[in-house]
Amino acid sequence: MSFINYMAREINCKIVYYGPGLCGKTTNLQYIYERTNPDAKGKMISLATETDRTLFFDFLPLALGEIRGFKTRFHLYTVPGQVFYDASRKLILKGVDGVVFVADSQIDRMEANEESVENLKTNLEEQGYKLEKIPYVIQYNKRDLPEVASVEELREKLNPMNVPDFEGVARTGVGVFDTLKAVAKLVLTELRKGGP
Amino acid sequence: MVNPQMVMYEEEFNQIQNVVDRLVKDANAKVVFIVDKNGQLIAASGDVDNLDTTSLASLTAGNIAATGGMAKLLKENEFATQFHEGEKANIHIQLVGNRVILVVIFDSKSSLGLVRLRVRRASEELNNIFEALLKKVADPGADSPFAEITDEDIDNLFND
Repeated sequence: MSFINYMAREINCKIVYYGPGLCGKTTNLQYIYERTNPDAKGKMISLATETDRTLFFDFLPLALGEIRGFKTRFHLYTVPGQVFYDASRKLILKGVDGVVFVADSQIDRMEANEESVENLKTNLEEQGYKLEKIPYVIQYNKRDLPEVASVEELREKLNPMNVPDFEGVARTGVGVFDTLKAVAKLVLTELRKGGP
Repeated sequence: MVNPQMVMYEEEFNQIQNVVDRLVKDANAKVVFIVDKNGQLIAASGDVDNLDTTSLASLTAGNIAATGGMAKLLKENEFATQFHEGEKANIHIQLVGNRVILVVIFDSKSSLGLVRLRVRRASEELNNIFEALLKKVADPGADSPFAEITDEDIDNLFND
């Protein structure tokens, strides 16, 4: 649910990075954080365990520039990927404007990817959303690793709706900004359709 | 769309800012701010210059969401109030009308009793303002400033 503030002339949107455990959601946000001009970003917050696994969420506020005199601000969140943190994942999806699904390209993670997409659908439906209706993009991450599935195979299993998808290596930044731009564009386009 | 879009107009913003400004004084607070349940900062007052209000807003919303999740498991409707006591600073968090969150940060110059008392009155006022705001937003006469944006406008955002 975007927030339009006429007083501050700001529009705020919420984007959630979803995906199985260790697929690289936090790494995406870290890369964006490192490569963004200090004026355009706030502090990145990571609520993580002692072993750096996301416990609740990561949060990164970003300012992308102005549209028609309104500052556009995007709040990026990640969910905890591990299966048993499902209650937290549901909470973070509340009020979401756009979703990035980060898939782990490794062959032995295919099942975890599929489970996570199903989980995303279920949790969105609980909040009253439909995946088909919200701005949604996919990133096939970890393309640099050996033993990865082909993009065609990933597409077939994870992207039946044929939404925008990107190959990524979040660790070095490949595809990270392309993914972010694609989802931000979809969110803004949705805003044009919607209105209050 | 399931959730109506949150919109803030100048008139209501000024009313809200007045309530928040007054609460800082009446409760002897250091900082008062209002956040929506999705973590967007709506208004703030007091000694906010050295405070990362954006991060605080997001964490407050996360906190309320987690507490709401616990309430649901206990078949409670909501835990509307939270209080965190620190060595120097204390935080009082109040859910207003199940829609926005009123946060008061105070130190030893104030007391929990006073903060509670003043928050109660401010909550009622805020609730009325937000109800009126919601009605206004639901009015189909209100135009979105974004209905007119073009693909070019959107593309321009990303031309670094």
